[in-house]
Formats: sequence, C-alpha cells, structure tokens
Amino acid sequence: MSKPTDLVQGTLDLLILKTIALEPMHGWAIAQRIHQMSGEVLQVGQSALYPSLHKLEQNGWISSEWAVSENNRRAKYYTLTRAGRKALEQEAAQWERLSAAISLIVRTA
Amino acid sequence: MRLATIIRLRLRSLFLRKRVEAELDEELRYHLEREASPAIAGIEQRKEECRDTRGLNLLDNLAQDFRYAIRQLRKSPGFAATSIFVLALGIAANVAIFAFVDAALIKPLPYHDPGRLVSIFETNRTSEQYPASYPNYLDWKRLNKLFRSVDAYDMNGGLTLTTSAGPELVAATRVSAGFFRTLGVSPVLGRDFENGEDSVSAPETVLLSYSAWQQRYGGRPDALGQTVTLNGTPRTIVGVLPRDFYFTPTGSPEFWATLRESGATFHESDPCEKKRGCHNTGVIGRLNEEVTVQAALASMQSLAHELEKQYPDSNRDQGANVLALSEVIVGNVRPILLMLLCGANLLLLIACINVTSLLLARSDGRQREMAVRGALGASRARLFRQFATEGLVLVALGSSAGLIAGGWFMQILKSLIPAGMVASMPFLAGLGLNLRLVAYACCISLIAGVLFALAPMARARLTEMLEDLKEGSRTSAGTTWRRLGANLVVAEIAVAMVLLVGAGLLGKSLYLLLHESVGFAPDHLATLAIEAPAASYSKKELFIALEQQLVEQVGQLAGVKSVGVSNGLPVGGIGTVWIRVVGRPFHGEHNEVSTRVVSATYFSTLGARLWRGRYFDETEDSSKPLVVIINRTMARQYFPNEDPIGKQIAPTVPPRPPIEIVGVVDDVREGSLDSAPRPVIYRPFNQASSRFVSLIVRTSHADGQIFPSLAAVIHRINPAILIHGEATMTERINNSPAANMHRSSTWLVGGFAAVAFLLSVVGLYGVVAYSVSRRTREIGIRMALGARRESVYRLILREAAWLAGVGTVLGIGGSIAATTLMRRLLFGVRSWDVPTLAAAALALVISALLASYIPARRAACVNPVEALRAE
Repeated sequence: MSKPTDLVQGTLDLLILKTIALEPMHGWAIAQRIHQMSGEVLQVGQSALYPSLHKLEQNGWISSEWAVSENNRRAKYYTLTRAGRKALEQEAAQWERLSAAISLIVRTA
Repeated sequence: MRLATIIRLRLRSLFLRKRVEAELDEELRYHLEREASPAIAGIEQRKEECRDTRGLNLLDNLAQDFRYAIRQLRKSPGFAATSIFVLALGIAANVAIFAFVDAALIKPLPYHDPGRLVSIFETNRTSEQYPASYPNYLDWKRLNKLFRSVDAYDMNGGLTLTTSAGPELVAATRVSAGFFRTLGVSPVLGRDFENGEDSVSAPETVLLSYSAWQQRYGGRPDALGQTVTLNGTPRTIVGVLPRDFYFTPTGSPEFWATLRESGATFHESDPCEKKRGCHNTGVIGRLNEEVTVQAALASMQSLAHELEKQYPDSNRDQGANVLALSEVIVGNVRPILLMLLCGANLLLLIACINVTSLLLARSDGRQREMAVRGALGASRARLFRQFATEGLVLVALGSSAGLIAGGWFMQILKSLIPAGMVASMPFLAGLGLNLRLVAYACCISLIAGVLFALAPMARARLTEMLEDLKEGSRTSAGTTWRRLGANLVVAEIAVAMVLLVGAGLLGKSLYLLLHESVGFAPDHLATLAIEAPAASYSKKELFIALEQQLVEQVGQLAGVKSVGVSNGLPVGGIGTVWIRVVGRPFHGEHNEVSTRVVSATYFSTLGARLWRGRYFDETEDSSKPLVVIINRTMARQYFPNEDPIGKQIAPTVPPRPPIEIVGVVDDVREGSLDSAPRPVIYRPFNQASSRFVSLIVRTSHADGQIFPSLAAVIHRINPAILIHGEATMTERINNSPAANMHRSSTWLVGGFAAVAFLLSVVGLYGVVAYSVSRRTREIGIRMALGARRESVYRLILREAAWLAGVGTVLGIGGSIAATTLMRRLLFGVRSWDVPTLAAAALALVISALLASYIPARRAACVNPVEALRAE
C-alpha cells in the first residue's frame, strides 16, 4: 500500500466526503470507489483511510452505523451529515482555488 | 448539533472503551479480508493511528501509568510503607500547625469590617498598653472627633452567679451599651443592648454567649426573659450572641452584662469605676471612613494631653495609644505560630528529601528498563510522565494519610495547651478541618510531588540512556547525589540530636519540678477557696467567727483527719509586707517578706515541720499578745546567728505594733514551684483575719470525694458563701503555671524531636541503601576475591557509623549551644547534663546502626556472580 503524499493526505478528507455524498458506504467500498473514479491513479491505503474516517467522524461531518454488507458480513457504513455537506462545499471550493493557483505556476514555462 | 455529537462520541470512547475497540478491530479486519492482496497486517499500528485521532491518548496513558505505578508500589511494600509514613508524618505536622495558624491569624475576625476597629489604651511610664479608667473613657467617648463610636469592656473576669445549688463563680464581663454595635455583631436571638441601657437608672439586662445558652438553657427560646442573679443583682436575659462570636481580650465569658458607673465590683466597697486613677476598663473604637490609625493616634494623644492638664493628680504622665484590634488580638501569638510553622515546613522538606533519596535508591535498578523504553520509542516526555505519576501516587497516598493524621495531631496539640490559656484564646474554638487546610495540604503535596518527579529524571538523561545499556556505568550524577545525601543526613542527625537533648532536659526538669520537695505532705489534701459575701461579713470579728465555725464543723466530718484555714494556699500567689526587726537600727529600708494568715491547725494539717518554738494556740486572739511564726529562710536571712524566738518584728508600711516570734517552721513552698524560697511570716487568723479564706483538709481518701460534703457543711453555715477552686493539692501542684509551662514545652519539643529522629533514621537508611546499590558490583568483586560476609557488613556499617558519628558530634555541640539559650526553661538540670547527652547520643547511634543493618544485610547477601553480571 502506498502512503499518499502530504498533499493528497490533506485532500483525502475531500475525496471521502465527495464519495459518500452520493450514497452511504463502508471503508473498503470508499477506497475502491476512489480508485475507480480517479481512473485507477489514486490508491488509498488502510493507514490513511481509517484515521481520516475517524477524524471526520469526530468532527461531526460524517456519521456511522453498522449494517450488513453485500457479502453478508457486518460493516460500518458512513453517511454525510448536514454539516459535512457544508464542509464538502467549502473544501471543494478551497481545492479549486488551490489547484488553479498551482496549475498557473506550473504551466508557465 | 455538531457539538452534541462530538461530545457524545468522546464520552463513548472514554466509557465504552471495550466496545469501541472491538468495533475498530472488526472494521479493520473486514477491510483486510476484502483486500485482494493482503499485505503484512500492521493492524495494531492502524489501530494506534485511529486511536491517535480520537484525542484521548493522554487520559489513556495516564491511566496506564497510574496502574503501573500502583503495581510497582505493591511490589516493594517496605519502600512504599516507609515513604508513605514519612510523608504522612511531615504533612500531618504541617497541617496541624497550619490549623492553628489559620484559626489564629488567617480566619477573619467575627466582626463587621474588622479593619476599622481599634483598641485604645492609656500609656504610662511602665506600659504602652495600659487599661483605661472609666471616667477617662467617658471623656474620650464624649470628646473624640475621629471615631464613629467608642465603647468599653470591663477587664475584671468573674461574677458570682446565684443558682439553686448555691453561689457559683462564672466567667462574665460587663460592657457598655453600644459595644456590640461598634463591633458590628447582632444577637441571633432576642435583641442587643439599647442606647442608655448602661445608665444607672436603667433596668439590669444581660446577654448570653451561645455556648452558655446551649449548656445552661438547652438552646431553648424561652431563655429570653428569664432572670439571672449576678453579684446579687437580678438581671433579665434579653438576647443570645452568635455561635462564632468571640472577643479575645475578655476570654470566653458566659454572661455579658452592662457596665455602669456605680457597679461595685465584688471585691471593693469603693467602686473602681468612679475613680479616675483606677484602671480597669478596656476601650475599643470604630474609626470613621478614611481615617487612618495614625491620625486617630495623634488625635487621641492630644486629647489625653488635654485631660492631663485638667486632672493633674490622676492623669499625670498618662497618654493614649491606638492599635488595630486585630494586632492586639493576634499580636503575641503570631511569632510563636510562625516559628512553629517554619519548623514544620523544615521537617516536611527533610521528609521529602528522604523519600527522594529512597526513590533514587530504587530507581537505580530501573535504569535498564528506562533505557529499553527509550529505545522502543518512548519520548522523554513520556518517561517523565511515568516518573511524575509514580511520584504523584506516592504523594497522594502520603497526603491523604497525612490529612487524617493531621486531624489527630491537631487534637493532641490542642490538649497540650493549659486550660487557663485556652480560655484566653477563644479563637481556638474554630479549630478544625476546613477548606483552607485542605487547600494548603494539596499545595504542599503538589510541591512534594514535583520534587519526586524531577529527582529520578535527573538521572535518566537521554545521552546517559545509551551508556546505561552498556555495562558498569557510573555517572557523575550518582556521586553528586551521594555526597549531597550524606551531608543532608549528617545535618538531619545533628538536628535530631539537638531536639532530643532539648526534650530530654525539659523532661528531666519537669520530673524534678513535680517531685521537688514542697516542705509539706501534699498527698491526701483537699483544698478549696471561699468568699464570704460582703453584706453578711463586714467586720473582723465575723470573719474570725466564720473561721472558727468552719474548723469546728468541717473537722467533724467523716473522712476528715484535720482542717486548716489560711488566706491563700501553698504553690500559689502570696501577699507581701515590709517589716523591720525591733531592736535593730532602721532607716526606712524596704525589707520585703511574704505573709500569710493561718489558723492554729494550718501547719499540722499540712504536715509542715516545726523547727523551733511552738505553733499557734486556738485561743490566741486579739486580746492576747500579737504573735508570729516565721520560716527557716527568714530565720537564716534575718537572724543568722541567733535564736529568733522571742525577738520582735513590726510592719513598716503602714506602721503597726510589734509582734513576737514564737516559732520557726521548715520552709513550705509558697509561691511558684520553680522560684527560690522566700522569707515568710505567718500570723494567726484570730489576730489578723481575712475575708478570703482557703480551706485545707487532710482526708483519709486521696481523691476529691470529700468536696460535696465540704460544700454541704459550708452552705449549712451560710448558703450565700461562694465556693470555688476545689482541687486536691496534688492537682494544684500538677496544674500550677510553672508545671504547665514545663509540661507543654516538654511535649512540644518532644514531639518535634520524635519526628526529627524518625526522619533522620529513615534518611540514613536511604543514603546507605543508595550507596549499597551503587556499590553492588564492587561488593561482588570483593566477595569473589574472598571477602567474607562479616567484612562486607563492616564495610557498610562503617560508613553508616561514620555518618551517624559526625552527625552526633555536631549535634552535641549544637545542643549545648541551644540549651544554653533555653536555660530559663530548665529546672534543676544543667545545660550540659552529661547523662541526657549520653542517652540521646546512644539512642541515635544505635538506631542508626539498626537502620543500616538492612542494607548491610542486602549487601552481604549479594550473589557475587549476579552482581558481576548485572548492573
């Protein structure tokens, strides 16, 4: 499992929030979906994912509950809360501004 | 909304720990199972990272440290018990003394705005704090400008209460009508005195103290309106004072009556209050806003100057003095209390240092453990937290034990104070465990805890840790502590020696004092004092008749072997008179001798020995020639080479006719136990007489069983006679002021000595144990090279004996110096009393050797192979 760079670590929260904005998911499914949606570029390891998930939960941006997963085992499903939705918007806007600024610098030769 | 969720989650992590951990475990395992290519499961690390985000690590680790510390303490119960005991001792002593400091100095006075209250004194050539006279007080009250109010209290202490059982002497005082208003105190029941209630024409009223209300009237509200007869005057109870009220200058009176101009005190037919030259009034005042004590002082001084000019006979050279009331109340106890507090803090410091050295001796074996922990990734802060927790656990246990023990120490200290002094320090009633005490205990415990936490850390520096992993390291920190510890122990032993010698000398003084020959047989003697009411007994003949009745009727009681009457008792106060010897040239010298008036049977009842001549005869009254008996000291001083019998002496001021000496008795101790014998003359009761009469009865039983029958007989003669001061002679001797003072100082110094002794023994043990632990390797080598166990013992004990010896020698020097300062307190022993010094030195050296026996044994039992391998 590759340890993501610091930049991605900070935006991992954003990715998680966006992923579960669509539907509630458990940890493994979130990792899979991110891998999928990024065109198989981003691989989120266990060591980054779960601390982030727990931190987001402690902040009150996502909530969790136990349910039976697709392979008939118990898993912890995470949902976006209302505060989380607002945080998602803010984080997304922040990311746009940041990435635009970086692209501007990198592209000028 | 978010906050509630956050709090709920944190609380859940805190209290439902197991469930949360299980969930985390399950979640991570689920992920692992779904992984297509499961990597080496660092599941514990993942869990750790998740836990980190939960932000409760601190509490977790603290709980862990706490459990570990308790385990460590349980593993070495000897160390734990010793340290906790030593700490508890130091903290208990501190708490007990601080309780006194708190009750006396810190607790606010029970008056409204006590900073505005002052005490006003007169000054004269002998004193700066002289009581005022009543007429002066009235003028002060009328003419002052800077006081909101000025009020007075009577300095005389007792009044006679008439009860159904006969007259009783009670503590009571008289105050002006506005007294309590000036203090800002209101009664809890009933009302205060009204203005003008202290004028001569107003009806007599009285206020009860709270304890008197509880004890005499059961705390019932119907006490109001009842009448009490004090000094023959019926007075109505109009109010009850608050429970926590006290006014130190008057002691603890039960009844507060009004002070009025014509109030004749019991002992004088010519009332003191009318005389400007008679000083028995205490004065207090409340300053106006913004007025300073200095301004008030200047104002009162000029006022006193005016009065001096107006009344030159009585007020000459008399000024005024104004002092803050709080100063007057606590002024003379403050230095003693603060000195005691310093002493107790010193003891605590020594206790802490002892425990620290014990901790260090233990932590030696843990160097390796710390090094390994450091290598595994523990930060310095983490290690420090470990030590800090251990130190805090020790301190917490020690201080809880100390608080409890402190409560006991408080009661013991309180019981040491002689009864007379307790009445004059009424703030002692408020002595007890309160918030301030607990706060103080927590404060000093915290400081102690910090000390303990820092000490082992001083050794576990990071660079050292690597070295410690290697064999046989001896860091310089160890040697420094060893030297420091050794010096401290020598100092401790010296201090303990000084205190022990002091306590020993005081104890010996007390013993000698109590067994001092008093010149008569004090066992089986019952004594009491009576006062005949002025109304019924106004003439000399009536006194004599009363005395004869007493001797006759008491002598007929069962259990009474003989009766004597005098105007005072041995081992008490005695009056003096100036005399001259008839037939010798006299130029107005003041030859002062003590004098007593006694009945004919006085000496035989006491068991005093007649040396020459004869005793008085019962028939010798004023119609016969005047006679006198003198004591041996008087004979030695005034008639050194001749027979005093037949000679005559005469009082000079006022001049009286000469009296013939008819007998000489062996010295009876009149006056204080520790004063030198004085010349005394004894006059027969039938010739000199007195209204104050003390009865001495030789009984067949040793204890005070005779008192009720004595009281019955006396009241049969006249029910209005006031009886007080019943005590057996042995009780009187044991409770005399000299005996009390010696006893209290002996116990106090003895207490400190015991604590210092224990602490120094523990300190010595700590230092020796520490040095043994440092030298384990050396001892192992020695034993491997052929040294026998005895030589190892000798090695260790020699070090201990050296420390103890140096300490003792220093202590001897110090104690001689200290006891020379204390000379005044000693009775019958020299400052450098050899047996006491030798006993104290021996006690210290023996206990030092015993204390070092344990580490010596541990050293001797070292397995050489292990010692060489370990470290």
